[in-house]
Amino acid sequence: MSFEPRIVVFACNWCSYAGADLAGVSRMQYPATTRVIRVMCSGRVTPGFILEAFRLGADGVLVTGCHPGDCHYMSGNQNAVVTVNKTARLLELLGLEKNRLRLEWVSAAEGAHFAHLMIEFTEQVRALGPSPLNNNSQPETQSLSCETTHDL
Amino acid sequence: MTFEPILRRTRAFLCLDCGKCTASCPVTRIDPTYSPRSTIERVLTGKPEELIHDEHLWACLTCGLCTTRCPSGVDYPAFVVAARIAARQASVEGAYAHNAVMQQLMAIMAAPVRQQRTAWLTSDLKTAAQGDDFYFVGCLPYFDVVFEELGIVSTRTAQAAVRLMNAIGITPVVSNDERCCGADALLNGDEETFRKLAEANVRLIQRSGARRVIFTCPEGYNAFRNDYPRVVGPLPFALVHLTELLADHLGELGLQEQRGTVTYHDPCRLGRYLHVYEAPRQAIRAVPGATLVEMQRNRQNSLCCGSTGWVNCGRCAKGIQTARLRQAQAAGATRLLTACPKCRIHLTCALKDSEGFDVALEDVVEFVERSLKRK
Repeated sequence: MSFEPRIVVFACNWCSYAGADLAGVSRMQYPATTRVIRVMCSGRVTPGFILEAFRLGADGVLVTGCHPGDCHYMSGNQNAVVTVNKTARLLELLGLEKNRLRLEWVSAAEGAHFAHLMIEFTEQVRALGPSPLNNNSQPETQSLSCETTHDL
Repeated sequence: MTFEPILRRTRAFLCLDCGKCTASCPVTRIDPTYSPRSTIERVLTGKPEELIHDEHLWACLTCGLCTTRCPSGVDYPAFVVAARIAARQASVEGAYAHNAVMQQLMAIMAAPVRQQRTAWLTSDLKTAAQGDDFYFVGCLPYFDVVFEELGIVSTRTAQAAVRLMNAIGITPVVSNDERCCGADALLNGDEETFRKLAEANVRLIQRSGARRVIFTCPEGYNAFRNDYPRVVGPLPFALVHLTELLADHLGELGLQEQRGTVTYHDPCRLGRYLHVYEAPRQAIRAVPGATLVEMQRNRQNSLCCGSTGWVNCGRCAKGIQTARLRQAQAAGATRLLTACPKCRIHLTCALKDSEGFDVALEDVVEFVERSLKRK
């Protein structure tokens, strides 16, 4: 069974989410296994958010925000740098590879960049293999969900 | 009624409605709408299930001050923890501090991850993979990262602890696979995470062949002594806090002079829960030149550091913490020592937020270790 990494993407409302939107309306192809969560600012993302995503089985987490100097709230993206660095150190302590977490800047005009990032990050996480917290990569869970569908 | 066994087990049925608990409660001092007495009364007379949805359920610090004064021996902290377990089963949780990062860390540690948590072990520290003594480090490596902005390096306590153990001829086992003790998960009502962590830790310590576990964090010490046996049965090893262990060896350490007036803050778990009051004080007094003064509230009357279980930190917590700092200042101490890494974090946080305090915070273990002769 091939491994499809599940990626949680935190996208800021003002730049990156619009960038993701542009990728969508431009019909750019990128892996369907990414889940985008809109936040008002990349600075709103806390270590708790990122760790919760991993706890629930995400194989990778991507935090995206406005380019430095472009933050709608002036300095939110600077806070995101601190948060992501801090969380990367927590991930290392927990024995999860810090390459499962990435921070990238995506502006509202960079739809192609967003789509490209999704493909690139998915490959980066695929190379690392499933997260030890990802229970869904185990075959038994898969067959269980098939049975449930059958009953319905 | 789901609460009947809880009321029976914690002796809450015996409540006389005297109100000593509320008069003692440090939370009530700041937030008069909170009352342990009326909480028990409402459960006994009305609908106990209402308590589950009451935000006051998360206000209790479980500091245990009320219980030491209760004429009926009602175990109020145990009542609160049991009620929180019932609340969690009904999918009600408290407002977590630090954006729930500690709760996430606890839950992840309960899963089969392979941690990398011993980077603080420097080459001069003697440790072993197998042996009679296991040093339970607790969450200190995680605190280093989470509370970085407070300027606290909690693993320095761990380094100091191993140096002191080495000085009295102990080479402790320090393990990369050690997990959070789970005490805070239990305080959040998360019994399942607590059980997983407890089982993993006990299995790990058994495999190391240890016959004694040494603690520097009272929360872990208390969890092992009072909560672990309930879920994993009697523990096949002895438990000791480092200051208790040091008490018999203070003469051999050859401590060097450190001038200054210090005071000691009794952590709730080490003090009221486990009755270890004198060992840390003996260790402080063993340092030549240091004068130990007592705060107005000490030993079983000690004031809590204002926050437990990484839940419900706010105005109340800050009020209690600044009250504690004022007591240290009033006692004339320039250094406030505590034996709990969490008390240190909470009081340092209050210190950073307020002005006019000339008090520095430190762990007892680090204070004593600084007097150790360097080889």
